[in-house]
Amino acid sequence: MTQETLSDWVRKLRAREISSRELTRLYLDRIERLDADLNSFVTVTAESALEQADAADARLAKGEEAPLLGVPVAQKDIFCTRGVRTACGSRMLDPFVSPYDATVVERMHAAGAVMLGKTNMDEFAMGSSNETSFYGPVRNPWDTARVPGGSSGGSAAAVGARLAPGATGTDTGGSIRQPAAFCGITGLKPTYGRVSRYGMIAFASSLDQGGPMAASAEDCGHMLNAMAGFDERDSTSLERPAEDFTAALDADLTGLRIGLPQEFFGEGLDDGIRAALDEAIRVLRERGAEIREVSLPNSHLSVPAYYVVAPAEASSNLSRFDGVRYGYRCEDPQDLLDLYTRSRGEGFGAEVKRRIMVGTHVLSAGYYDAYYLKAQKVRRVIADDFRRVFADVDLLLGPTTPELPFELGAKSADPVKMYLSDIYTIAANLAGLPAMSLPAGEVQGLPVGLQLIGNYFDEARMIGVAHQFQQETDWHARVPSAFA
Amino acid sequence: MSVDTEHVQRIAELSRLAMDDDQAREFAGGLSDIFDFVEQLDGADIEGVEPMAHPMDAAQRLRPDAVTEPDRRDDYQAIAPAVEGGLYLVPRVIE
Repeated sequence: MTQETLSDWVRKLRAREISSRELTRLYLDRIERLDADLNSFVTVTAESALEQADAADARLAKGEEAPLLGVPVAQKDIFCTRGVRTACGSRMLDPFVSPYDATVVERMHAAGAVMLGKTNMDEFAMGSSNETSFYGPVRNPWDTARVPGGSSGGSAAAVGARLAPGATGTDTGGSIRQPAAFCGITGLKPTYGRVSRYGMIAFASSLDQGGPMAASAEDCGHMLNAMAGFDERDSTSLERPAEDFTAALDADLTGLRIGLPQEFFGEGLDDGIRAALDEAIRVLRERGAEIREVSLPNSHLSVPAYYVVAPAEASSNLSRFDGVRYGYRCEDPQDLLDLYTRSRGEGFGAEVKRRIMVGTHVLSAGYYDAYYLKAQKVRRVIADDFRRVFADVDLLLGPTTPELPFELGAKSADPVKMYLSDIYTIAANLAGLPAMSLPAGEVQGLPVGLQLIGNYFDEARMIGVAHQFQQETDWHARVPSAFA
Repeated sequence: MSVDTEHVQRIAELSRLAMDDDQAREFAGGLSDIFDFVEQLDGADIEGVEPMAHPMDAAQRLRPDAVTEPDRRDDYQAIAPAVEGGLYLVPRVIE
């Protein structure tokens, strides 16, 4: 019973072929039986899940319709959940039980989703391998010696192993797409401002965006229908009319103009990934898409610009963790400064400290113009590159990652090497564009991710194109044998 | 730009992070690599470019100056490390 996707379950629940309680029980059993090898969940909320399932069954019995009515999902542990610990992968928030729900959690609950639990993640979403979590690393279901990617690695591994039909993620520099690629699933980062950041613990506020992770593009459309929408409690939420993100599933690809940014296919790209993408491009061309080469000449500046902007915003956002109002507090503080510095020194892990320090440095007197202001200008130059190419093409296509999932520990000693894992994903965050990763092949038994980057607000079309690709291929339907 | 242990200590102090010399030494290499790496930005052609703070250059939305949140002081204080009589406790500030 793991071949069904989230979309299949939506249909079967509506047709009353299965109850939400049965379905929830099925996934809770899988988590209990199989997650010991993955560590993808930090909290399983079995009891409340079954209560929510019963409530959903009652609504289904009355003939109610809601986008995710009765569907079990997992929440990344960055989203605040009332009454359930929200630790964000950190010792700092290990004692934190949120007094309120994030808007995303609230909306998914209203849409009838059943929460199975909270998924593991890199500490404060800072990482590309899920090795920085206070709760230990997550392992890749395709090969448990390898990382699942990060920071939404718990969500990606859980969906990849079919311990949940769908999970939420957040993406600041690739944190939905890179783990989706590594775990062989589909993940979408919406246009900046689509999904409310209220109650989503902040890392870099001008880049952070929540989004769906599931087996297929259609699944992501159903989830995004529940997640997206204006929220007055998020000051950067966009006021847009409601949209059905599954509206373009029957898209005709004839004449669709797809651009291949040549900078994404240069040196450093794994040969196996390149070959898988060539094959995917052939499939799309056969369906009538027009493929052309384009250029994003400033894309090589994305990672350096990001590692100024994101840490700067992080150093400011994480200043709220002071050991006073919530979270970790050191033992026996001598004075106020000792309380602050030791609570933070003991509560944060090494990668979070590193980024806070980078951010503090680039914002400090005498360095602001040289780093931060310059990075903000480069950010515009990168966004302008996209604006130019979207005058000529409808979508961009490239690899999600330069290489296949790497082994645990392979990059832990070299932060810059780790940062370059996100070389193809970061530009979309800097520009605020929607982007997704979908499975497009296998190399040495490991999944390959294909990235689509769309123009602002073009999620429905991207989901449609990805869905059409998934009608021609079955990469998204494959489950690692140990979890089949 | 390379940073030494002393410089790391200064940044840690500004960041309000307790750090001994051994830890500072461990961070020095990685931080130096990162500062070197971001120096690639020096080669960017950004003459006359306006800095970009928001992906859509959207302005902050304003709202009426009205009270909308209910009083949930007890809920918020229930998760604090130390409170007494409705106040957050910290070490003595004034002798």
